[in-house]
Amino acid sequence: MSDPLNLDALVADARTRITDAQSLDALEDARVALLGKKGSLTAALKQVGTLSKEEKPAAGQAVNRAKQTVQGLLDDRHLVLDNARLAEKLASDAVDVTLPGAPPPAGGLHPITLTIERIASLFEQIGFESVVGPEIEDDHHNFEALNFPPDHPARQMHDTFWFDANRLLRTHTSSVQIRHMRSHTPPLRIIAPGRVYRCDSDMTHSPMFHQVEGLLVDRNVGLTDLMGHLEGFLKRFFDQDDCDIRFRPSYFPFTEPSAEVDIRIGGGSWMEVLGSGIVHPNVFKSVGIDNEEWSGYAFGLGVERLAMLRYGVKDLRQFFENDVRFLKQFHVSGVGA
Amino acid sequence: MKVSERWLRRWIDPAVDTATLADNLTALGLEVDDVESAKPAFEKIVVARIASCAQHPDADRLRVCQVEYGEAEPAQVVCGAPNAREGLVTALACVGGRMPNGMKIKKAKLRGVQSFGMLCSASELELATDHSGIMELASDAPVGTDLAEWLSLDDAIIDVDLTPDRADCLSVRGLARDLSALHDLPVSTPDIRPVTTTIDDVLAVEIDEHSACARFTGRIVRGVDMRAPVSTDIVERLRRAGVRAISPGVDVTNHVMLELGQPMHAFDLDKLRGGIRVRLAKAGEPLVLLDGREVELDAQTTVIADDSGAIAIAGVMGGASTAIDDNTTNVFLESALFLPAEIIGKPRRYGCHTESSHRFERGVDPEGQHEALEAATALLQDIAGGQAGPITEAVIESRLPVKQTVLLRSSRLARILGVPVDDNDVSRILERLGIRCEATDGGWKVTPPSHRWDLAIEEDYIEEVGRVRGFDSLPRTLPALQPSFRAQPESRLHELASKRLLASRGYQEVVTYSFVDGERQALLRADLDSLTLPNPISSELGVMRTTLVLGLIDTWRINASRQQDSLRLFETGLRFMPTAEDAQLSVTHGDDIQIDDSVRQQSLIAGLITGRRTAEHWNSSADDVGFFDLKSDVEALFAQASGAEVSFVVAEHPMLHPGQAATVMLHDEKVGYLGALNPMLQAPLDLPGQAYVFELSMAALRKACLPVAEELSRFPHVRRDVAVVLEEAVTHDDILACVRRAAPAILKDTRLFDLYRGDGLPDGHKSIALSLILQDVSRTLVDAEADEAMASVLQGLAADLNAHIRG
Repeated sequence: MSDPLNLDALVADARTRITDAQSLDALEDARVALLGKKGSLTAALKQVGTLSKEEKPAAGQAVNRAKQTVQGLLDDRHLVLDNARLAEKLASDAVDVTLPGAPPPAGGLHPITLTIERIASLFEQIGFESVVGPEIEDDHHNFEALNFPPDHPARQMHDTFWFDANRLLRTHTSSVQIRHMRSHTPPLRIIAPGRVYRCDSDMTHSPMFHQVEGLLVDRNVGLTDLMGHLEGFLKRFFDQDDCDIRFRPSYFPFTEPSAEVDIRIGGGSWMEVLGSGIVHPNVFKSVGIDNEEWSGYAFGLGVERLAMLRYGVKDLRQFFENDVRFLKQFHVSGVGA
Repeated sequence: MKVSERWLRRWIDPAVDTATLADNLTALGLEVDDVESAKPAFEKIVVARIASCAQHPDADRLRVCQVEYGEAEPAQVVCGAPNAREGLVTALACVGGRMPNGMKIKKAKLRGVQSFGMLCSASELELATDHSGIMELASDAPVGTDLAEWLSLDDAIIDVDLTPDRADCLSVRGLARDLSALHDLPVSTPDIRPVTTTIDDVLAVEIDEHSACARFTGRIVRGVDMRAPVSTDIVERLRRAGVRAISPGVDVTNHVMLELGQPMHAFDLDKLRGGIRVRLAKAGEPLVLLDGREVELDAQTTVIADDSGAIAIAGVMGGASTAIDDNTTNVFLESALFLPAEIIGKPRRYGCHTESSHRFERGVDPEGQHEALEAATALLQDIAGGQAGPITEAVIESRLPVKQTVLLRSSRLARILGVPVDDNDVSRILERLGIRCEATDGGWKVTPPSHRWDLAIEEDYIEEVGRVRGFDSLPRTLPALQPSFRAQPESRLHELASKRLLASRGYQEVVTYSFVDGERQALLRADLDSLTLPNPISSELGVMRTTLVLGLIDTWRINASRQQDSLRLFETGLRFMPTAEDAQLSVTHGDDIQIDDSVRQQSLIAGLITGRRTAEHWNSSADDVGFFDLKSDVEALFAQASGAEVSFVVAEHPMLHPGQAATVMLHDEKVGYLGALNPMLQAPLDLPGQAYVFELSMAALRKACLPVAEELSRFPHVRRDVAVVLEEAVTHDDILACVRRAAPAILKDTRLFDLYRGDGLPDGHKSIALSLILQDVSRTLVDAEADEAMASVLQGLAADLNAHIRG
């Protein structure tokens, strides 16, 4: 077949130029040299006009085929070079994925707050509501209405910070019981968390610590109910079914009968965790609740003691020293929940 | 109270081991704190007799003794004790033995003389505190016997921590009575019979009816020998109860008190002047007590007196002037009933809490005086001989406690315990406890025994049944709950929401004491009075806090001293204000419960930030926190509560930097403040650097706004920017207020997006750039409207704030 325009050579040359182009810029140069206004194939197309009438159609077709071939080569090469350029850019964008991300804000709640919230959420499940009361109390709410007669030896169990003959720092959260019963009518289910104060400070005593008071008043509440609730609470608080819980008779002026509750986890020794009892008739009398119609139980638990047992804290004083390295250990989701 | 197990088992001997016996007591509500061996940790100590005793050739104070100790040959022992003498039966620590302090006994040479063992004092063996000489054992003690065996030291000391209502258990007899009910066994009460009186001497006794005394019994015993040895049995019982043996007279009264629960006192009869009178002291009457202290009595204190004046504080402590001593031959024994109501508080008042006062404050058996006096007389005669006279008794019948009979209903018993108890079990338990129990319709008529001061109402008896049955033997039940909806107002935010917000913004919650150092607090808030604690733990914890900031500062200092320099801390809690006035933070504001007007207890939340803004990290800057970090946190707190209602105004606050202090206002009320701690405080408060603090009323943060939805515009907003130059004194709030005043209603929002000071501006001026967001709810704005709005804003700024357009 005749090749008057020497197209085979042009295409062969184009193939070499395109393959040799190592960048998109070089490829563009090649495109201009081949298909641009002054390009070799453009020139070949112009030459078709100089041919005889017989030769023109075949030559025209041949040039167009050659142009298509060259365009195809250009497109293929463009794709290759473009992919290479993208790959290079991605390679240069790579990061060291092992570098640390920006640290999260180092905030958190105090373990005492977390423990109180855990206690509160458990009691909320069985219908208890959280209430609070003042920390400077009067003799009446802290002692008298709770059936502590003046000068009673039971008062000596409480090393009290007195301001004067009447005002004191509450020695227990039981004072909140009185305030709540005076302003609400049974049935009642409350817990009252908060700070309490005793004039005592050593390795195992802090002059300020936290209690959660509990009070349930309803018809027909008995000691077995108190034991059922507190045993359930302690097992859920410690997430343990196999712990021993012991109720032993004790004495609090504001409950009768009274029981201290001890817990023993994993065969360790007995730990006293709370005091409890059936609300004393004199307490009901002082707040105007009918002792024949209603009965109730009350308890007071030591928050620090529970937190120490739960989280393995050895020294009570760490809670109030507030070394942030100690406190940060409780920034674990789920603690207190 | 500590008690020897052997002694207790003389009264009741249930077939259980020591550990179970202790558990039994605990289960009865008589909590056992500790059980320890009665034998100190010594080994190879034997009963020995000094066969001969010669002077050491080279030492004046040493003697060389030949000691028989059960072996074929006596041992030669060098001894320095003054009472080492021929014929003395004492304790020998043999070679190879061990003393309680861990010392091993070896052969030794003392000043050239060989010594094989050591003769021991009671204090060296930790059997008593007496270290004046070596032990003096009974002359018939079998030589060579192991001392532990001879003293019956295979015994346990049970330490019972009694609650104040159970005074009746402050004796061996009392513990035995409770165990008797638990084990359904009788108590073996020793036979206490009246002693034979051989003399007629009596001392007149008179009780003043206003005194603490309801019954006084006493008797004279003549011709006693106070140097007579007290049997090791008695001495050991006392030791195991934690009571020191002193002399026959004292030991006998202590023994009776520990066994029967009745405190007693022995006077030296020859030191008494005239008869006994139990009366109230005269105000200021002096008395020298047994422990040598001189006290001034008050007119509420009951004393035992003779013609010379007060000779004892009734029920608390005897006086020195009539105390028995080694030379005493005639005694007057006292066994009296003093009433708790009158004795209470006296030990504290005079600083002498004694075994006697401990019992009288809680209540001794009103019927026990005679019996105790007979028991003490018999024991005294047994040890020290003597002739007993008849018992004198004075009593005020009307003051003896009256025991009330109450009705115990079986229905109430079942309700309070939660389960019914068999009628027979109830009456058996009550009767074993000495409670008189008469069956009646639906229950029992019950009357307490004389020794129980704690049984008064029906519930008291229910507890008796419950505790003897054993709380742990009762089933566990769950009370029925009628669920109901509780109010959950959305206009009230839980305190926890504020705490959680701060925690998520990097704040660590802390808990500090509510009492602080008054001097340091005054450095922060000299303008506030604080409540002083009369009996603080220490002067650094002497006043109630009026601000939470000091606790945060001190927490910062502790942490900074431990290389924790970048901190965000917060605390919530009450402050305590003796007056309702605080010029910085409204005290009257709030919903905290108050006891009266004398003190305001206000719930606050306070924060402190210091150090780096972000933790050190390869990809962040090392900037320190500043005022606007703090303000942003405060704004966030209010944003979730009362929203945009708060405003910040320039403040002058004693603890804050004069140029970086703001008051937070909510509806014209000062609900908090924030700012940089005044750098002037760094030296006096010993601060490790610069910190920023806020303190806010919790009540203000509890108020939340209920959202009311507004219609959203479907038309695009137009943003126009404006930059103006203003004098420094013009605040952002001034600008915003002016813009809002001047702009038409289509102004939806104004944002400050640039603030510039420096080159190109006149001195004392700043340039601010604002963007105005304009929008209408019903149509698209046209340019002309936006232009018009811009023009009125610029005009307003120029007119009101002397602003000029920057160009």
